[in-house]
Amino acid sequence: MVATIAFYVFALSAIAAGLMVVASKNPVHSVLFLITAFISAAGLFVLMGAEYLAMLLVVVYVGAVAVLFLFVVMMLDVDFVEMKQGFLQYLPIGGALAALVVIELILVVSVWAFPSDAELARAHPSPTAAQTVSDPNGPTNIEALGLILYTDYVHFFQIAGMVLLVAMIGAIILTFRTREGIKKQDPAAQVARKREEGVELKDIPSGQGLT
Amino acid sequence: MAEIGLGHFLSVAAILFAIGMAGIFLNRKNVIVILMSIELMLLAVNINLVAFSQFLGDLTGQVFAFMVLTVAAAEAAVGLAILVAYFRKRGDISVDDANLMKN
Repeated sequence: MVATIAFYVFALSAIAAGLMVVASKNPVHSVLFLITAFISAAGLFVLMGAEYLAMLLVVVYVGAVAVLFLFVVMMLDVDFVEMKQGFLQYLPIGGALAALVVIELILVVSVWAFPSDAELARAHPSPTAAQTVSDPNGPTNIEALGLILYTDYVHFFQIAGMVLLVAMIGAIILTFRTREGIKKQDPAAQVARKREEGVELKDIPSGQGLT
Repeated sequence: MAEIGLGHFLSVAAILFAIGMAGIFLNRKNVIVILMSIELMLLAVNINLVAFSQFLGDLTGQVFAFMVLTVAAAEAAVGLAILVAYFRKRGDISVDDANLMKN
């Protein structure tokens, strides 16, 4: 019963936040609604027993991606009100297409039936929440995930690392710029300086002083 | 109230996906909102993967959701970097007249 109520709360808040992301006039509000949608989705993940992915969603999306969005929205000096022009112009076709997709997907879902031999295909059984509660020593979600992520799917894991590396280098290259006319320290030039360039010795005859 | 099953989660994911898709249509000018709509669609895909993973009892779906998460983060980083570079070049981020590459 509690799970049912929790599902409807999280689902409705995710959908409402998603709608507000699209409909909000101010992109800063859009980002904040995006964060709400992600947190609601993390709640849905917990309800499904995928605790690790729920926490990952909060850390990666809310902690990194949403903050990145917020940073860029606030950094760019753009007139966002003017950008909202044409919203109503595309509303009929966009709404019609979205309604079509929803109806199609829900039709698919409502007639979905598992094949009778689906049991055989379950190579990596995922511990359900009920199992974890009844057997505290059994594998938790994160243990079970770790057992297959670093063995059967180790190549996927490494490809994910490469994707992140490429994205990091790409983002740095794209936003890197050298600015002209600013004074910078040049360590190589400093180290390469000889003693003769920096110090000049004068032989002053005694008793005459400097003029 | 009925028991929450696979269909409930898939319906939520379908609605979120459609919202993301409509967002791309409705905010044709604002690249930032388009990127956020893409993130919403990827989130819907993740909900689908995790729902199937849990209700079929096969963890592979969660490993794939992990990959989708990685790609989504990389996509957001590169997309926003392109956006910043474009803003520096043009002074605005309107994609309606984004034809720098023409000719």
